[in-house]
Amino acid sequence: MFKIIRREEMSQGNVILNEIEAPKIAAKAKPGQFVILKANEEGERIPLTMADTDPAKGTITIIYMVVGKSTALFKSLKVGDGFQDVIGPLGKPTHIEKVGTVVCVGGGTGVAVLYPITRAMKQAGNRVVAIIGSRSKDLLIMEDMMRAASDELIVCTDDGSYGHHGFVTDQLKVVMEREKVDQAVCIGPVPMMKFCSKLTKEYDVPTLVSLNPIMVDGTGMCGGCRVTVGGQTKFGCVDGPEFDGHQVDYDELMMRLQAYCEDEKRCYERFRTLHAAG
Amino acid sequence: MTEKEKKKKAARTPMPEQAPEVRRRNFLEVPTGYTEEMAVAEAQRCLQCKNPGCVKGCPVNVDIPGFIKLIAERNFTEAIRHIWSTNSLPAVCGRVCPQENQCEGLCVLGKKGDPVAIGNLERFAADWEREHGTGALPPKQPSTGKRVAVVGSGPSGLTVAGDLIAKGHDVTVFEAFHKAGGVLVYGIPEFRLPKAIVANEVNFLERLGVKVECNAVVGRTVSLDELFEEGYDAIYLGVGAGLPRFMNIPGENLIGILSANEYLTRANLMKAYKFPEVDTPIPHGKNVVVLGAGNVAMDSARTAMRLGADSVRIVYRRSRAEMPARAAEIHHAEEEGIEFFLLTTPTRYLGNEKGRLTGMECLKMELGEPDASGRRRPVPIDGSEFQIECDLCIVAVGSGANPLLTSSTEGLKLNKWGYIIADEETGKTTKKGVWAGGDIVTGAATVILAMGAGRKAADSIHKYLTFGW
Ligand SMILES: Cc1cc2nc3c(=O)[nH]c(=O)nc-3n(C[C@H](O)[C@H](O)[C@H](O)COP(=O)(O)OP(=O)(O)OC[C@H]3O[C@@H](n4cnc5c(N)ncnc54)[C@H](O)[C@@H]3O)c2cc1C
Ligand SMILES: Cc1cc2nc3c(=O)[nH]c(=O)nc-3n(C[C@H](O)[C@H](O)[C@H](O)COP(=O)(O)OP(=O)(O)OC[C@H]3O[C@@H](n4cnc5c(N)ncnc54)[C@H](O)[C@@H]3O)c2cc1C
Ligand code: SF4
Ligand code: FES
Repeated sequence: MFKIIRREEMSQGNVILNEIEAPKIAAKAKPGQFVILKANEEGERIPLTMADTDPAKGTITIIYMVVGKSTALFKSLKVGDGFQDVIGPLGKPTHIEKVGTVVCVGGGTGVAVLYPITRAMKQAGNRVVAIIGSRSKDLLIMEDMMRAASDELIVCTDDGSYGHHGFVTDQLKVVMEREKVDQAVCIGPVPMMKFCSKLTKEYDVPTLVSLNPIMVDGTGMCGGCRVTVGGQTKFGCVDGPEFDGHQVDYDELMMRLQAYCEDEKRCYERFRTLHAAG
Repeated sequence: MTEKEKKKKAARTPMPEQAPEVRRRNFLEVPTGYTEEMAVAEAQRCLQCKNPGCVKGCPVNVDIPGFIKLIAERNFTEAIRHIWSTNSLPAVCGRVCPQENQCEGLCVLGKKGDPVAIGNLERFAADWEREHGTGALPPKQPSTGKRVAVVGSGPSGLTVAGDLIAKGHDVTVFEAFHKAGGVLVYGIPEFRLPKAIVANEVNFLERLGVKVECNAVVGRTVSLDELFEEGYDAIYLGVGAGLPRFMNIPGENLIGILSANEYLTRANLMKAYKFPEVDTPIPHGKNVVVLGAGNVAMDSARTAMRLGADSVRIVYRRSRAEMPARAAEIHHAEEEGIEFFLLTTPTRYLGNEKGRLTGMECLKMELGEPDASGRRRPVPIDGSEFQIECDLCIVAVGSGANPLLTSSTEGLKLNKWGYIIADEETGKTTKKGVWAGGDIVTGAATVILAMGAGRKAADSIHKYLTFGW
């Protein structure tokens, strides 16, 4: 069992942080890599990025949004409980290099995925401008951590309840207008990555995105995580999860993420009913 | 009539099975197993040949007449121990080996009539032991203090682990998945190989002292060089051929097209056929097409039928004679109502505006000149396009070498297809202290060949640990 030693709720309880004992993974993990977790015998294998690792303590930290049955089940785990299985580190690490100015754009829980990359980009000597956004103030996560990890932090909310009023793309445009940007890293909901990439393409800024296709094994063995990048089929788990944002077929990815939506709804409903009944 | 003639006349004892119309909708095992009486009757058919053909057909040379004689004498306890001396997974082999091409294919009785049902008897002996046996462990040599890491818990890795633990070495198996067994747990379905049997085999090794570490993706969680640094003296790679092949035709990323690896992993390892009691979903097709005609294709087709499909069709570009699946699986599939579209090849997938599969376009083929494999090459017939309606397509056209481990390891030579180059007799690779065998060396093959390679490598590893490289 992989024990949970710290648990926090953010974003009105919609986003959960778990720090988990997994010394072998903590020792090897690099920014951009993910783990697959399974809560119990009947559980599904769920991929989540490591938002942080502490090799000395032997722990990894995951931050996830509760969107369905499995993440709701994860949420129900308390400190001292654990995951039956944690597998990793999986996926290619982010290519971290000193390029000059890097803009890191995060939306929703994408901020959790973005955080270790932002920190590493800064440690590598880049000037880092971070832009994070959410629908409203209550849903914003990791503001302080992102501020500490970057040279400048720009916050925006869709409803204007905090920071700039509007989408992260608006602020991305502002930054690219005002200074030369050498690299962008955009992580969040698929439409957000799509529009950020469209924008950075206009400014000719190389852009990394982190894709979240449905996965099973995470080792290149099933092909369920197929994505089209530059007209070619890639396996998200081993060829990614990061890809050149200008080459990704986002519409296909959005479609494929719907593959099990009916089943997922049914499963989540059932969980809520059972859970409410105790 | 002499005793011998009588035996030749006795009919092969049929294996009791669930009726096709019942089993096609459940996941219980299809053959239900011989009773003691059936086993003894079948064992008595064996002529106890002086120079038995069957043994020559067996890749690990099980003493077939020897164990059959013990069954005929009702000495079931000894029968299984006799098999164990050459084959450590008889409950598995009895169920999944292609006996018709191996032992039973060379049995003398097969020349005029039906061969002895060797596979059924092997299965009987193993099941009898599991159900009635003492559970007594075989003897083990005193500890040598040497440590061996086995990467991959498929049949070849398990064989190496079993052989080396018995010789007194300290063995740890590293498995990427959360459960041990390789294809035996994630690929071959419950109705053909109950998972409790595989778990039992793994548990047996654990009782002998083998440590099994799941969730360990070697190459990612730990590298081979790190394993040596941790103090392992030798490493065996039995990582299988886990890379799905696709058709590379237009429309392949539509929703509803899965590799057989994904489909079967969802069904078997994740038990998705029990959804929503378990959390992993699996697509339920109404009209299902399976591409390919090997064991993997048959397993996929029969799984789709059990998940409630109205129609399941196997689409295969060659003819019936070339279908690579075990004869028993093809027969079972047909009985369960699976249809065969032979000499047919898909050219593109068709989908709707939601990105879901609705059908595929196919071409008819005819057989031309023999190709490199000696089989007649199928060639498309011009203008023979036609469409098949389907909402689920399982691609079972073979698998390749997964580069995850090999590409992250220095000093390991691969062939042009990415399989590991290993000595045929010893399993030694080009990296010191590292052996390999099974599907990652030969390409997708069979359980028994993977076990045979494991046995040879275990002998070689034992020599190395005793005398040096
Ligand atoms: C490499 C990678 C890293 C990720 N990192 C994070 C992260 O750090 N934080 C975070 O909140 N989310 C992350 N995700 C997404 C997360 O895996 C899904 O939100 C989660 O699987 C949903 O499961 P569920 O049962 O709660 O919801 P469901 O009801 O099953 O599904 C909700 C949605 O999640 C997606 N999904 C479902 N099953 C899977 C699956 N097995 N694999 C991937 N997506 C699936 C589907 O698009 C679905 O529409 C990541 C995904 C990938 C592939
Ligand atoms: C659906 C299906 C049906 C089949 N039916 C039959 C049949 O009826 N009869 C027959 O004889 N053969 C059959 N076969 C073929 C047979 O199962 C294989 O030839 C055999 O399992 C190969 O054994 P192996 O030990 O080499 O590898 P595998 O059984 O493939 O096991 C390899 C193991 O290594 C693990 N692994 C991979 N990479 C790593 C890593 N980096 N770190 C740690 N672990 C890793 C994998 O997760 C897996 O568990 C079938 C195959 C399939 C897929
Ligand atoms: S060849 Fe057939 S009859 Fe002869 S020993 Fe083997 S199983 Fe018995
Ligand atoms: S998740 Fe199975 S190949 Fe990527």
